[in-house]
Amino acid sequence: MTGGDLLRVEGVGKTYPGVRANEDVSLTIAPGEIHALLGENGAGKSTLVKIIYGLVRPDEGRMLLNGQPYAPAAPREARARGVAMVFQHFSLFEALSVAENVALGMEDAPPMRELAARIRVVSEEYGLPLDPSRRVGDLSAGERQRVEIVRCLLQNPRLLIMDEPTSVLTPQEVKILFATLRKLAAEGTSILYISHKLEEIRALCDRATVLRRGRVVAECDPRECSAAQLAEMMVGQALSPTRRTVKAERGRIVLGVSDLSVPSPFAFGTALKDIRFTVARGEILGVAGVAGNGQDELLMALSGEIVTEPDRVRIDSRPAGDLGPDKRRAMGLVAAPEDRYGHAAAPDMTLTENAFLTGMVRRGLVSRGFVRWRAAREFARQIIADYDVRTPGPDVAARALSGGNLQKFLIGRELEQAPDVIVINQPTWGVDAAAAAAIRQAILNRAAEGAGVVVISQDLDELLEISDRFAVLNEGRLTRPRTTEGLTMEEIGLMMGGAHGMEVAHHAQA
Amino acid sequence: MLFGTIDPVTLVAALIVASVPILLAATGELVVEKAGVLNLGVEGMMITGAIGGFIIAVATGSPAMGFLGGAIAGALLSLIFAFLTQFLLTNQVATGLALTLFGLGLSSLLGQGYNGIKPPATHPLPFGPLADLPVLGPILFGHDLLVYLSVALVAGTAWVMGRTRLGLIIRAVGENHDAAHSLGYKVVRVRVLCILFGGAMAGLGGAYLSLVRVPQWTDGITAGAGWIALAIVVFASWRPWRVLLGAWLFGGISVLQLNLQAAGSAIPVEYLSMSPYLVTILVLVVMSSGRGRAAVNAPASLGQGFHASQ
Amino acid sequence: MLRLERRPNPSRFWLYATPPVAVVLTMIAGGLLFAAMGKDPVAVIRTIFWEPLFGDFAFYLRGQLLVKAGPLILIAIGLAMGFRAGIWNIGAEGQYIMGAICGAAVGLAVYPTESRLIFPVMVLAGALGGWAWAMIPAILRTRFNTNEILVSLMLVYVAETILAKAATGFLRNPDGMGFPGSRNFSSYPAAANAELFAGSGLHWGGVTAVFVALAAHVLLRHHVLGYQIRLAGQAPRAARFHGVDPTRLVIFCMGLSGALAGLAGLFEVAGPAGQISIDFNSGYGFTAIIVAFLGRLNPLGIVLAGLLMALTYVGGEMASTNMGLPAAAIQVFQGMLLFFLLGVDVLTNYRIRPVKGAR
Repeated sequence: MTGGDLLRVEGVGKTYPGVRANEDVSLTIAPGEIHALLGENGAGKSTLVKIIYGLVRPDEGRMLLNGQPYAPAAPREARARGVAMVFQHFSLFEALSVAENVALGMEDAPPMRELAARIRVVSEEYGLPLDPSRRVGDLSAGERQRVEIVRCLLQNPRLLIMDEPTSVLTPQEVKILFATLRKLAAEGTSILYISHKLEEIRALCDRATVLRRGRVVAECDPRECSAAQLAEMMVGQALSPTRRTVKAERGRIVLGVSDLSVPSPFAFGTALKDIRFTVARGEILGVAGVAGNGQDELLMALSGEIVTEPDRVRIDSRPAGDLGPDKRRAMGLVAAPEDRYGHAAAPDMTLTENAFLTGMVRRGLVSRGFVRWRAAREFARQIIADYDVRTPGPDVAARALSGGNLQKFLIGRELEQAPDVIVINQPTWGVDAAAAAAIRQAILNRAAEGAGVVVISQDLDELLEISDRFAVLNEGRLTRPRTTEGLTMEEIGLMMGGAHGMEVAHHAQA
Repeated sequence: MLFGTIDPVTLVAALIVASVPILLAATGELVVEKAGVLNLGVEGMMITGAIGGFIIAVATGSPAMGFLGGAIAGALLSLIFAFLTQFLLTNQVATGLALTLFGLGLSSLLGQGYNGIKPPATHPLPFGPLADLPVLGPILFGHDLLVYLSVALVAGTAWVMGRTRLGLIIRAVGENHDAAHSLGYKVVRVRVLCILFGGAMAGLGGAYLSLVRVPQWTDGITAGAGWIALAIVVFASWRPWRVLLGAWLFGGISVLQLNLQAAGSAIPVEYLSMSPYLVTILVLVVMSSGRGRAAVNAPASLGQGFHASQ
Repeated sequence: MLRLERRPNPSRFWLYATPPVAVVLTMIAGGLLFAAMGKDPVAVIRTIFWEPLFGDFAFYLRGQLLVKAGPLILIAIGLAMGFRAGIWNIGAEGQYIMGAICGAAVGLAVYPTESRLIFPVMVLAGALGGWAWAMIPAILRTRFNTNEILVSLMLVYVAETILAKAATGFLRNPDGMGFPGSRNFSSYPAAANAELFAGSGLHWGGVTAVFVALAAHVLLRHHVLGYQIRLAGQAPRAARFHGVDPTRLVIFCMGLSGALAGLAGLFEVAGPAGQISIDFNSGYGFTAIIVAFLGRLNPLGIVLAGLLMALTYVGGEMASTNMGLPAAAIQVFQGMLLFFLLGVDVLTNYRIRPVKGAR
């Protein structure tokens, strides 16, 4: 029966300093199979696929591809053997054209003109239209992913690895992607599909391998398991859903944004156009949208990193659009940016110094221009204790904390300032399930106490779970917020702009 | 009349020669920066190339060997920068400055005893009757090999960077080193090779200064040419052909101001001799303030260290 | 094969061990260099590092140490503040020259008036001159996004031309029989920066340097501005998020380093140098870059580093007169020191691990 498998992984292990990333991992993938690799953040999924793709060498174990020993020393070797990968991040070059990006991922790229023609053909064939001459920096997140997929398809892979592919897609785009993947599988290509989204896996995959703390803990047919069962395998315990104990009565408007239009400070950023919304006391406004539609810019315009005319942003009815972050904090608005390493926190500074970073004004950590380091340290200590941050103490550098722990610290830092308005971008991105639940609960609690909250997130399930009203950020424009209750996926998908630029191809196929 | 006694044909011919050192150094630095590395040691590599080339040329009596020696000397010095920034992950700005300080000292040390010596002469290429053509003769057919070689190197760089896979890989590494790494490209190796190329080009430019342009050895012979080369890369928005334009512009200004000094112009000598530096500043201001175009063409990973963490 | 592995926390040990280790490595490499030049390496190293402190002429040379260290420390502290904030003023040499010219011009303008106010006003003018010269790259950067490294450096060459003009033109000694150079401040007590104690080498520059070092230390450790400087250098986006106005920070850091360099220039020209001459500046503005890094961009560390660098200057001159060591060899030696320092520094944030198998 070994002869029938495309890929066999046997007893693979990998240790990083202080972390056992993979331990005795085995799995098999049959030709034409869509195989799910399921696990939480930090469960070892990325390490395993990096091993299969030749980016990381395992410490022990072996692999067989088509029955032949397979130990790629570099991605080039993996590609030569028919293994291709679509990355979640970090593999496109914004300043280069689509064709150049594709060429970089190929071993024997043909001359540019020929390559451009082939890109057109293949992308149309699989319903993923692309213009080879466009600059990748100008494409939407979904289009960028198409570049990656087409890059793989041009090499006629036998195994296609996809790392969290749907996190950047609208629901409609997900459907199209799934159709493409099924077509590929029907043609005999195997697909290793990495995700932590259970419904997707149940809809798409033939088999699933579940990883937890670097080990294989289960293997199953996802179509025969419930989402709850899968979740329990993944997390190792049943999770209690978050809930709101008390609903604060809708009070006065604490944050009002009107006709906010600003250019992006980034080279390939998205300008905000005519944003308008209000948030009342005790209310959570969820802002959905696929990555790169102006989320960063919106957070910065609210936090005070981008300033505008005074009346564009009003905190508690007072104009604040022209004020910087300090003054907005003093007025009661706190913000938590998405990027933890370098934006929300300075990775090389200690937790005490990072606590001071935003706590300065509202926690009174300064007197006459001098920093009250003892008070700052006490503030850090308090956050660590109240938000269950696992760390030796407040003198540790922020970069030493795991993503989830640092996020708990950073969210705690903002919520502990008794704010009236809270703006958070991606509260649980890259955070394990238990920490994510704790963070959501903390946000709900603050809202229950009367704070107005804006949660910007790319995780629809999260927004549907915690928000009272729901809006979508699409190419820098915000849809009119609607009551979350009763919204269907189909409606949300349409709010998100459907499938970007794919209507034509869709009709052509239909 | 500003130009008074200055003959425009002679001026153009002279500016072509005067621009060679910065043209070579800037072309090298362009490749380095396209690979995402900011090497501020151009001045140091240039002057090391100037003395290295001078010593070799005097010892062998051959200018050609001198140019080769200058390129090798520049590349050797850049090797220090490559090792420190690519393997020991040092700050590129600080290391580049160190390279310049070290290169200035080293060249001065090596140059002891070479003051006042005349290097072997470098002759113009024999174009025969072509060189006697009016106007075109002195401008196009009156130069030595290095002048033509430097323009050819610009053309070659433009072709490699824009049309070949090698150039694509270099640009990819400079644009996003993490992505290049995850596709399996050897970021550090590409960068080290580019740094060496940049060093060799700067060294060659320096050798041209000491062997042809001046031609003799004096301490501090480069007088900021390396820094001007760095500015030209910004001026050119990292495009090779515009480097040529920039080098001619600066070559023109330095030749013009020298000519004006010699012609006894009404403008005080001091203002004339500071003009290349002031023009550099002016050009930088103009190029940087139009934020859009120049900023987009600058390599996104410029100056950032790369460490493949896991 | 060896491989670098990022430490979760920076190593305290290597933070402090880096400079001494770099000095030792430089002595070894420098020794090899001196040996290659046909000198006895041990004797040269001894002359540089021992003689000025404990040798036969130490009574005089120790004073010289302070004379050289003062301007280096003063300039380096200003530079270090900027470097920490990611603002690269490398044109301190130009600001030093302009400070000297402005300060000296004030003094020479009122010659031969005697007043207690003259010297303080000169000091002020010197600081102002350096500050103004540094404001050019600062404003160009904040207004036009122009690279301050290149602009500040270009201005060094411009300042040198102005200095030449000053020495041969507008500040030339009218009684100097046409020789270049200004009047000598040593014969104009009201404007002179004389030694505070005869033979000590200590003048107002040294006193200011110590005071500035202490103030800078307190600023960086305990003041919000110091925190913002460090934050802006380590994580610029986080600094904006905190509320730092980048424009104000650039103006402050460039202005401070320019003013300090200008002060150093004034103290030098009114004291040890004595007059404006074509080449009174001796590259302190560039050597101070080495001092700043050698002191780990830490004000108190810079005091030690400045003294050490002064030692290589004074000792180098000894080696030059006694053993015929070229002055350029000392410049190379100082350059090597910076290389080793930067190189060894990797151990603060990374550790070296052997790797199994080739990769």
